[in-house]
Amino acid sequence: MIDIDHLTLERDGRVILDDISLRLPRGGITAIIGPNGAGKSTLLHCLAGLLAPRSGRVRVLGRDIHHIPARERARLLALLTQSPGTVPRLSVRDLVAFGRWPHHRGRPGPTDHALVAQALERFALTPLAARDVETLSGGQKQRAFVAMAYAQSTPWMLLDEPLSALDPKYIRDIMDRLRDLAPPRHGLTEAPAASRSVLLVLHDLQIAWRYADWFVCLKDGKLLAHGPRDTTVTADLLSALYDTPLRLERVSDSSVILPA
Amino acid sequence: MRRLLPALIALALLTGLSLLVGATNLFDSPLDRSMVLAVSRLPRTMAAILAGAGLALAGVVIQQTMRNRLVEPGLTGTPEAAMIGLLGVTLLAPGAALLTKMSVAALSALLGTAGFFALSTRVPRRDPMLLPLVGLIYGGILGAAALFIAWSTDLVQFVGIWQTGDFSGVLRGRYELLWLIAALAGLLWLFTDRLTILGLGEDRARALGLNVRQTVLAGLTIVAIAVAVVVVTVGAMPFVGLVVPNIVSRLWGDNLRDNLGLVAVMGGGFVLASDVIGRLVRWPYEIPAATIFAIGGAAIFLWLLNHPKAHAHG
Repeated sequence: MIDIDHLTLERDGRVILDDISLRLPRGGITAIIGPNGAGKSTLLHCLAGLLAPRSGRVRVLGRDIHHIPARERARLLALLTQSPGTVPRLSVRDLVAFGRWPHHRGRPGPTDHALVAQALERFALTPLAARDVETLSGGQKQRAFVAMAYAQSTPWMLLDEPLSALDPKYIRDIMDRLRDLAPPRHGLTEAPAASRSVLLVLHDLQIAWRYADWFVCLKDGKLLAHGPRDTTVTADLLSALYDTPLRLERVSDSSVILPA
Repeated sequence: MRRLLPALIALALLTGLSLLVGATNLFDSPLDRSMVLAVSRLPRTMAAILAGAGLALAGVVIQQTMRNRLVEPGLTGTPEAAMIGLLGVTLLAPGAALLTKMSVAALSALLGTAGFFALSTRVPRRDPMLLPLVGLIYGGILGAAALFIAWSTDLVQFVGIWQTGDFSGVLRGRYELLWLIAALAGLLWLFTDRLTILGLGEDRARALGLNVRQTVLAGLTIVAIAVAVVVVTVGAMPFVGLVVPNIVSRLWGDNLRDNLGLVAVMGGGFVLASDVIGRLVRWPYEIPAATIFAIGGAAIFLWLLNHPKAHAHG
């Protein structure tokens, strides 16, 4: 359970997050959506404890995130930051293995090696394990970084725009794998202990609708709405969120979001 | 290990060569052979290896902490700041022990480097060439300040000695401070993972629970001490910290757990080779190792830039 309580954050005198309160239950995929500059990344960084709010607090499992020592925090929440930019010259295996660092702090044991192997397997990276991250395609590279966050074995995985600049094939590939890790949650009941909670910033509404079961909608630093997909996301909400008329149309068992 | 062993063998061969080569012919000389070796050749050889290893390691550390492959200790104001400290202690306490002078130089180098680090956070990251250029200017300003102090106090000749790395003056009893570098290398070994993680980017490092500020401070301290020791004992050697880590990174990647030893051995080997060549080209006269390295290092670097070889992991 992540509790956000009247969270306000300023940067250079500008309010980035404005009095946000919400509760995220464990399990499932939660999408943070909203227009550019809404504060989505900032919220994610705040949840990961990397940015200190001006007021309000973030509690994870009842504890204030800023009072949890960095090392312990890294075993609760994994954060994948936005598109890697320059990547160090590391093999895929070495990169994924650094996800285990908060657990072993430089002395990996058999469990760590096993979990790295498992993460590589889970994200279909075993054949690429010896390859240099630099030489991978965009989709493979992103998969490697997601696998690193997975190897961190945290109950929560926070992913900041993990799909930007990826082809549909790779988007689907990553989202399907995340879906496996974090099966849909039903209402507010707690998810099984082994499953992960995935919280991600998404721009593609179609993908968000298809995969996420919980939504957090931000606009200009304010929380516009949050809750389960079917009762929260409406055409009116999306239109207000993005300042452009949008409609939701049922197509067989899914929905498409179209310009109105 | 697979790569370290050949490097160590090459270094051992080079060491043997260095012991044999010099103005004095060991096999035909009125001087006592073992004395030449013990007083001059061996100290000189060790000094070159230690200084080279120290500067190469300092290069890796500064590149990881600043996350820019093109910076090196010579482009962060570090040696110039060390010189200012040295001038200060020479003027205020001329009789101070070498260790005291070195400590002041190291502290001054740390302040200078930390100043550049603070400056670097304000330099736009988009173009990686910008940071080394800012460093060049920053070092130039500090260097000019050092020269001005030296000029107004009649100490210019000292600055000249500190500026050009040269091993011809190394004798037993005058280089031992360089062994501090071996201790620093050992210390650095404990930081390898942290430094590699730092190279992933600040946010990622923090998300992994790394105390970034503490790691950066430890890294800059190690760089400052290593550079100060080298400046005090043999003089500054630019490019070593740039060329060696970049060669290693380009050929074998950035995982320091695998490559830190290699950086140290190659740094030592390249500087020793420069010193040996400097002793041979105009025998029996000598050319400073820093000069030889600057020429050779630049050539290797240019070649490397044009021949990007895929690096293998294993």
